Amino acid sequence: MINNNLKKVTIIDYHLGNLFSVKQACDTVGINAIISSKAEDIDNADALILPGVGAFIEAMDNLADLNLIETIKKAAAEKKPIFGICLGLQLLFTKSEEFGTGEGLNLVPGTIRKFPADLDGRKVKVPQIAWNSIYEFEKKWSDTPLMDVVNNEFMYFVHSYYVDPSNDMDILTKTNYDGIEYCSAISKDNIFATQFHPEKSTLKGLSIYKNWATLNNLI
Amino acid sequence: MDIKGPNLVKGIHMEGLRVLGKPADFAKYYYENGADELMFMDVVASLYERNSLHDIISETAKSIFIPITVGGGLRSISDIKEVLRAGADKVCLNTAVINNPELIREASRMFGSSTIVVAIEAIKESNGQYLAYTDNGREHTGVDVFEWAQKVNDLGAGELVITSVDREGTGEGFDLDLVSRISALVTIPVIAHGGAGNKNHVSEVITKAGADAVAISSLLHYHFIKENSSSVHSNEGNSEFLKQKRSYHTFQDCKIAEVKQCLIDNGIECRI
Repeated sequence: MINNNLKKVTIIDYHLGNLFSVKQACDTVGINAIISSKAEDIDNADALILPGVGAFIEAMDNLADLNLIETIKKAAAEKKPIFGICLGLQLLFTKSEEFGTGEGLNLVPGTIRKFPADLDGRKVKVPQIAWNSIYEFEKKWSDTPLMDVVNNEFMYFVHSYYVDPSNDMDILTKTNYDGIEYCSAISKDNIFATQFHPEKSTLKGLSIYKNWATLNNLI
Repeated sequence: MDIKGPNLVKGIHMEGLRVLGKPADFAKYYYENGADELMFMDVVASLYERNSLHDIISETAKSIFIPITVGGGLRSISDIKEVLRAGADKVCLNTAVINNPELIREASRMFGSSTIVVAIEAIKESNGQYLAYTDNGREHTGVDVFEWAQKVNDLGAGELVITSVDREGTGEGFDLDLVSRISALVTIPVIAHGGAGNKNHVSEVITKAGADAVAISSLLHYHFIKENSSSVHSNEGNSEFLKQKRSYHTFQDCKIAEVKQCLIDNGIECRI
């Protein structure tokens, strides 16, 4: 049965990463989501999910080839809720240090940096492919999609680069990887984004999808 | 989880496969009991040059919200694409990349490094040298394990699974020398596999050998069988082992939660 009042969410497909699991998470919590690469599906959506695993520059190139950069920026300007995941979080930022410097969507001020190969003479394994804990920084998690997550909860991470926001007030969680403390989730106006994969972090992760949708009146 | 046809199986030194039950039952149980990731390996796929796990993956991925890695018989970019489309998060490659190392570079570029896991099956020769094998320890390649590990690292793999075929399925403990040398050599995360017979072995391979993660099968499977009456496809494979309801004396089988508590007691951070 189709409920015409159900809000539409578009999972943006720019050909990088496992979108199946993002869609599966949406289905499970009752979000009406489609996977699409088309500008019209972004224009017509009530909210957007920007997922992805892989390389920043390739991702921006793909978005450019699909003519989606301006479409996403327009949706952001219209204050549509945007949920970024992993590489999708990084793309929201100003620029990346990956292979020189690449320009991002510039919706959140800040830079993408690579984990150092060593720290104080000790080797750091990169990428981080691990469960790691997220903890509160200055902003409280109540009234955010993390409202049901306890401080220091473990989430699943897969990444070699991390975001370094220019404004501390955009930081929602921090994580410590082998001595390197970094920002692992942000929220800024209509934008919410995580470095970790909530769709791969058990039911605790799925609560983030559910609460994001609920807070934005999508379900 | 080693899969042969419709069954979850387990061998010793990767040979003499025994049928243990339905993969979906084990997957659900491990997910609900704190597994951090599931690895499905089609153990006969290389023989037939095909991976037959698509149905199991797509079924599992609908209800299991932890990372899923799939391996066995994946030969090409299109094979990888197919299992990722079925719902796998990562693929595990061995035979294909030892024959064609450039596939690591190509696949990492296309799917992201973190999607590409390379498995190395190591056997210690009588002269002490470790050589890489393929097809579940059956095929000799003559390739030195440490040289190969360095190459896997440099070609852009995201993770490396090091299996000691000598210890695999025995419960005698990990080959700490092998794991620590690999871990010291490479800059990517190393998953130790082969030999866990009790929870202390798991803790030891992390604290003493520097493993970044640990893959366990028998230790947990035997406990699952004790606790659950799994339905077995008795028409395929050797299910005599299961009917006898015995586990090997070398195994002190336990739950994932007991393994994790042991890790925490030893100062290793992990999710419980």
